[in-house]
Amino acid sequence: MIPGTFEYYRPSDLSEAIKLLTTHGDDARVMAGGHSLIPMMKLRMADIPHLVDLQDIDALRGIEVDGDAVRIGAMVTQHELIADEALFKAAPIIREAALQIADPQVRYVGTVGGNVANGDPGNDMPGLMQCLDAVFSVHGPDGERDIPAREFYEAAYFTAREDDEVLTAVSFKPQSGGYAYEKQKRKIGDYATAASAVLIAKDGATCSSASIAMTNLSDTPIYSQAASDALIGSDLGPDAVSAAVDAALGEIDPAEDGRGPVEFKKHVAGVILRRAIERAVSRA
Amino acid sequence: MNEMSPTKSERAAALKGLGTSRKRVEDSRFTQGKGNYIDDIKMPGMLFGDFVRSPYAHARVKSINAERALEMPGVIAVLTAADLEPLSLHWMPTLAGDKQMVLADGKVLFQGQEVAFVVAEDRYIAADAIELVEVDYEELPVLIDPMKAEEDGAPILREDIADQKTGAHGARRHPNHIFTWEQGEKEATEAVLSGADVVAEETVYYHRTHPCPLETCGCVASMDKVNGKLTLYGTFQAPHVVRTVASLLSGIAEHNIRVISPDIGGGFGNKVGVYPGYVCSIVASIVTGVPVKWVEDRMDNLMATAFARDYWMTGKIAATKEGKITGLWCHTIADHGAFDACADPTKFPAGFMNICTGSYDIPTAYLAVDGIYTNKAPGGVAYRCSFRVTEAAYFIERMIEVLAIKLDMDAGELRKINFIKKDQFPYNSALGWEFDSGDYHTAWDKAMQAVDYDGLRKEQAERVEAFKTGETRKMMGIGLAHFTEIVGAGPMKNCDILGMGMFDSCEIRIHPTGSAIARLGTISQGQGHATTFAQILASEIGISADDITIEEGDTDTAPYGLGTYGSRSTPVAGAATAMAGRKIRAKAQMIAAYLLEVHDNDIEWDVDRFVVKGAEERFKTMKEVAYAAYNQEIPGVEPGLEAVSYYDPPNMTYPFGAYVCVMDIDVDTGEHEIRKFYALDDCGTRINPMIIEGQVHGGLTEALAIAMGQEIAYDDMGTHKTSTLMDFFIPTAWETPHYLTDFTETPSPHHPIGAKGVGESPNVGGVPAFSNAVNDAFRAFGVDHTHTNMPHDHWRIWKTAKDLGMHD
Amino acid sequence: MSKMHIKMTVNGKQVETLAEPRELLIHVLRERLDITGPHIGCETSHCGACTVDMDGKSVKSCTVFAAQANGADVTTIEGLGGPDNLHVLQEMFKEHHGLQCGFCTPGMITRAHRFLQENPDPTEEEVRFGMAGNLCRCTGYQNIVKAIMAAASEMNAAKEAAQ
Repeated sequence: MIPGTFEYYRPSDLSEAIKLLTTHGDDARVMAGGHSLIPMMKLRMADIPHLVDLQDIDALRGIEVDGDAVRIGAMVTQHELIADEALFKAAPIIREAALQIADPQVRYVGTVGGNVANGDPGNDMPGLMQCLDAVFSVHGPDGERDIPAREFYEAAYFTAREDDEVLTAVSFKPQSGGYAYEKQKRKIGDYATAASAVLIAKDGATCSSASIAMTNLSDTPIYSQAASDALIGSDLGPDAVSAAVDAALGEIDPAEDGRGPVEFKKHVAGVILRRAIERAVSRA
Repeated sequence: MNEMSPTKSERAAALKGLGTSRKRVEDSRFTQGKGNYIDDIKMPGMLFGDFVRSPYAHARVKSINAERALEMPGVIAVLTAADLEPLSLHWMPTLAGDKQMVLADGKVLFQGQEVAFVVAEDRYIAADAIELVEVDYEELPVLIDPMKAEEDGAPILREDIADQKTGAHGARRHPNHIFTWEQGEKEATEAVLSGADVVAEETVYYHRTHPCPLETCGCVASMDKVNGKLTLYGTFQAPHVVRTVASLLSGIAEHNIRVISPDIGGGFGNKVGVYPGYVCSIVASIVTGVPVKWVEDRMDNLMATAFARDYWMTGKIAATKEGKITGLWCHTIADHGAFDACADPTKFPAGFMNICTGSYDIPTAYLAVDGIYTNKAPGGVAYRCSFRVTEAAYFIERMIEVLAIKLDMDAGELRKINFIKKDQFPYNSALGWEFDSGDYHTAWDKAMQAVDYDGLRKEQAERVEAFKTGETRKMMGIGLAHFTEIVGAGPMKNCDILGMGMFDSCEIRIHPTGSAIARLGTISQGQGHATTFAQILASEIGISADDITIEEGDTDTAPYGLGTYGSRSTPVAGAATAMAGRKIRAKAQMIAAYLLEVHDNDIEWDVDRFVVKGAEERFKTMKEVAYAAYNQEIPGVEPGLEAVSYYDPPNMTYPFGAYVCVMDIDVDTGEHEIRKFYALDDCGTRINPMIIEGQVHGGLTEALAIAMGQEIAYDDMGTHKTSTLMDFFIPTAWETPHYLTDFTETPSPHHPIGAKGVGESPNVGGVPAFSNAVNDAFRAFGVDHTHTNMPHDHWRIWKTAKDLGMHD
Repeated sequence: MSKMHIKMTVNGKQVETLAEPRELLIHVLRERLDITGPHIGCETSHCGACTVDMDGKSVKSCTVFAAQANGADVTTIEGLGGPDNLHVLQEMFKEHHGLQCGFCTPGMITRAHRFLQENPDPTEEEVRFGMAGNLCRCTGYQNIVKAIMAAASEMNAAKEAAQ
């Protein structure tokens, strides 16, 4: 498994990176940790004549947690997400999810930006970011724009990011209430058979807010407004949970693969989502 | 004796001989990154070879155009079948008496088949050049399901032998049929079945999988044209056989070929076969005059070299109402892929599948195996088991469980009723084997007690009730297995490979200062031969294991042997080592007697020395004898102290064991958790308990992988679906349970030190234990539900629960 | 193909080599620098046989381009300890039979080294989770876990003694 040849660039600032993308158009790709891209290149399923390595761009690093805003630079690794105590206080679901991604070595290198930007439906961060109602900042030749995570994904590997834009950060509000990231997989290192991110807040015994997203059950992550709505205002009892699960299942469209046939995935999606909701409720 | 002399037991301990958990001598280099594996070997001017492989499972190759590849700087040659044909090397014989294309000759028969061999200055250039070789294929209909191989209109795969009515193993009834192998008594068994109180029937599929050692296969071929010598380094589990085959194929005289197996990063059967990469590397080195390296990548490995299993086994087992088994019938469809390249002793086209009567006293039995060609990779190797023994053990251990359901009996009790009794050994099985020794009841009772079997069954019954009342969604399975292996091939009277008898060998040289080197015909792939063979020898010749070097794998220096697979190293080469050691001792005794000025018969062996009978203060240590052997004139005795032994075992050895797996199963997700795994092994005399335990842990983990998810899967078009470690399941430390190990010790009566071999037992016994646990978890939920096939991955377990109405 | 100058610190030594940007770090180490301790097992970043320590992180060197590693500080098994200064993990793997064929061992020990830096007193469960990026086909992990737990104890005892 030997990758094809490419020209390599390691710009030290963002504008230089964007300039490279503008110059080379379709022939250029940015690379963060590379652990999605490099295997594809080694299998010769991705041919990238101009490879732009973002590792030297300091502006893409760092986790900022301040009061009512969290900002995570695109080059922050899963390992850094897990280790960051301030982030854990602001959004504990991120550590819970990140620990279920790949394996230790991959988490040292794999980044938030890479995970959310490449549009692989198997990645965990996109669904998580939709659950958190995060906003992705992208920089292009015309400057910066923000794209809500819930509007970012169009199809497998197709996103709202233009080819000459770089995803620079994800931002969201600190969470409150209960949370759970539930993931079924065949083994460590595998993508999800089904995964679900759930945030639930309560006002007394009533659900005051809820957010539900699912991973690897369609060609994009699935944020289910209907499932969230089924919980909001409810007592979070069995009927409400079932209504939420049913609503979410109505929105997924899993494909058969080595993890199992569609029927199985749909069933497991329901089980995993129900468990996630119940666990989030127990923590709310 | 003065007070300072060590006691007899201290002297024995100092030898680090049999029974010692001696630390491994191999580990210093491995822990420091100084192992020497095939891809570590570099030679001046060395080129790298890599294959253009077929994207199709069945296609005609209309043309191959390598022009663009050859124009690429750094590309030295592109070999095709047309280039190999003048040398008669475009096809090669297989170990199973068939032949296999080295490079596609007119057509391809499986996805990933070798089509052309690109030789370049390095692996990057080779990979680029592969992309430029243009192959024009015409797709043909594929045959994936072996059950459809003989249907009207089935595509004919092997046009080269389509007209041959007889193959290497007798009559062929269809061009896609390879052989029928029959054992036992057909009519008698059918008579037993028709008159039986109870007959249980099941079709048990042991799915296709792959040994997948962490190191792939590879070689470096170096033709020294000046001296006419070929040196071939490679990942060979049988280097001497490779030398002979290389000589026969290439026409190079055998003394001009030197085969070296360096450190091998795991074999598990994958490295027994002879692969096109070896042949092409040799040819390329002959053509270019410089060394050529070929090392598979992981996809090549999983797609093209050495699958294992793929047996569809239909069984009928007859018993009395009380549970005494009266007969066993088995018919197997064996999917051999595109070429019959199974690595079995020549006379055993289905290996030792006829060990399928297991640990039970079954008076009448019949086995028939039909080998079938399909558009899949060739192989059929013994993946961490003796030849087809894990298939056999899985079959009988599943049939026992199915029979228990039919009889409404406890499966443990059913086993006990039918075990061969201790006093029946040596036991002649209905399918023709003589089991050397065993004490199954003792082992079984120990196991049942260790796991509190009755308590487990009580807990399981409570769990079933809890499920019915909705208190739990997790079922509990108790997986029992009692296996009997057959290893140590083999007696030359019935075991050979390509005509070469399956003996093994050891050659010992004692150095003047009393240390030694021993060389064997085997080759370690992680088993720790350098450690354990020294221990065998230490106990035989009274020289500390620390003072004995063990060498294997260089055909120029080691004595001829048939290699390491099928747990044969200890039973065969281990025996040769003991026998050679005894020859050393016999000569040493003459020398010692001379030195002590007594008659040979007046001295006796005492741990590490010869003592004068009745006067133990008068002695000569082996070390002293060694010095004298080289430095003193001993009348009537040649100088030196060396011996060689070629050992033809009188029988196989029959290790056995009792395993229990306790598993919880989530019926909603199909996930499982192994709560307990207890493994009792009886491998006869235990040479190094630490190493035995390590072998058991490893074999169980391979069994876990196979039972719970690992498979080589193809779609209907013959496209390989599990060609990377994303999809080919190998458990991490996280998915692997903690194992409890135990043992009994029933020596082999015919082996010089009573050892039987252990490396493969845990895989043979582990697979049925895991699978039985899964099946057992569902036993209470379906009267007609008797069996689900492996691998028991999440969705298949989920499907079973669904089919049994457990989601309703 | 145009090559680039790659400068790295490998096992404490400054090294410089010419390599194509696409060359994988594992190949640069093994083929250009003759550091053959780390091995190639799966090539898709699942098995961890190629694990090296890069800038204080355990990294699968089959999934890092030479160009990315330019400027990095890399430690391989060869840099952890040798005949005269064995690392305690190397000793404990031997002591507790934490290896068989040895092919996964360099990656395994290199990963364990970093793991114990971050979690010096782990539970067995934490060891299993922290080592889950490294596959072994021979040992069933049980003795690897044992060896790492033992190394942690030894290292902690040594630390206490030094204080």
